[in-house]
Amino acid sequence: GIGGGAAMDLFGDLRRMNKRQLYYQVLNFAMIVSSALMIWKGLIVVTGSESPIVVVLSGSMEPAFHRGDLLFLTNFHDDPIRAGEIVVFKVEGRDIPIVHRVIKVHEKGNGNIKFLTKGDNNEVDDRGLYKEGQNWLEKKDVVGRARGFLPYVGMVTIIMNDYPKFKYALLAVMGAYVLLKRES
Amino acid sequence: LRKNVEDFTGPRERSDLGFVTFDITADILNGKNGLQISIFDWNVKQLFLYLSAEYSTKNNALNQVVLWDKIMLRGDNPRLSLKDMKSKYFFFDDGNGLKGNRNITLTLSWNVVPNAGILPLVTGSGHVSVPFPDTYETTKSY
Repeated sequence: GIGGGAAMDLFGDLRRMNKRQLYYQVLNFAMIVSSALMIWKGLIVVTGSESPIVVVLSGSMEPAFHRGDLLFLTNFHDDPIRAGEIVVFKVEGRDIPIVHRVIKVHEKGNGNIKFLTKGDNNEVDDRGLYKEGQNWLEKKDVVGRARGFLPYVGMVTIIMNDYPKFKYALLAVMGAYVLLKRES
Repeated sequence: LRKNVEDFTGPRERSDLGFVTFDITADILNGKNGLQISIFDWNVKQLFLYLSAEYSTKNNALNQVVLWDKIMLRGDNPRLSLKDMKSKYFFFDDGNGLKGNRNITLTLSWNVVPNAGILPLVTGSGHVSVPFPDTYETTKSY
């Protein structure tokens, strides 16, 4: 049939490519992946944050940020933590970054600092989210400070997370494209 | 930008708890390039306003506590005229540094949330210094 014809063309392409062309395409692909990783690592160094771009996962900062918005972070060591700032932090032992606002700061003369956070859209502060017995956050819990934001763009990662089939389909399509595209 | 306050403190457990009432009269403007224009330009989605108290104590060189906040959406009136406001959040000190503290500075600041782009924090010009009394109030209810 007609659909079968297209599939045959694809396999025909693969068989016609000799080994050298295949290796070339694989190396091409590896180079793209390495470049992407390098850019990401470069961002980590430049911003000082282990995760310079995060996706907002909950509605606790509405109406400013919604689920799926993208945030750009910096985490410079000398940047003081001040009330009103939007910080992204991780509770000790948990992987999920939380984006909330600093509402209380107590800093000692030696630079030792402890602070409390709260989501704009939440009634109460974050003490319920912290570890058992933990009342304050410290600098080490901070992933970064939100400096800029783009709406909606992060939705892609949320969809990929919630629907893994979509992620695999996307990877398969990308892989096929890179492996099969012709150099003119 | 003007604020007037009155205050009294009460001890709770082992930390000082301060009570502040205030008036806010403010005009939120964008002072870029020396011109005072409306803060709500094409790329401003909303403002997150907050009143914070900043002070020093024996325990901590710097303390900042947000007493009150408000979200101002694009389209809202950028003029604020609030009277007799009570603080939204409990003004707990980390210790007993409010008693007799003569210099608590109240400042109004805001976080500009754009439709897309940079998230600046702006501090309003004009702030008010508040002293707390030397003794605790035990009779007033709040």
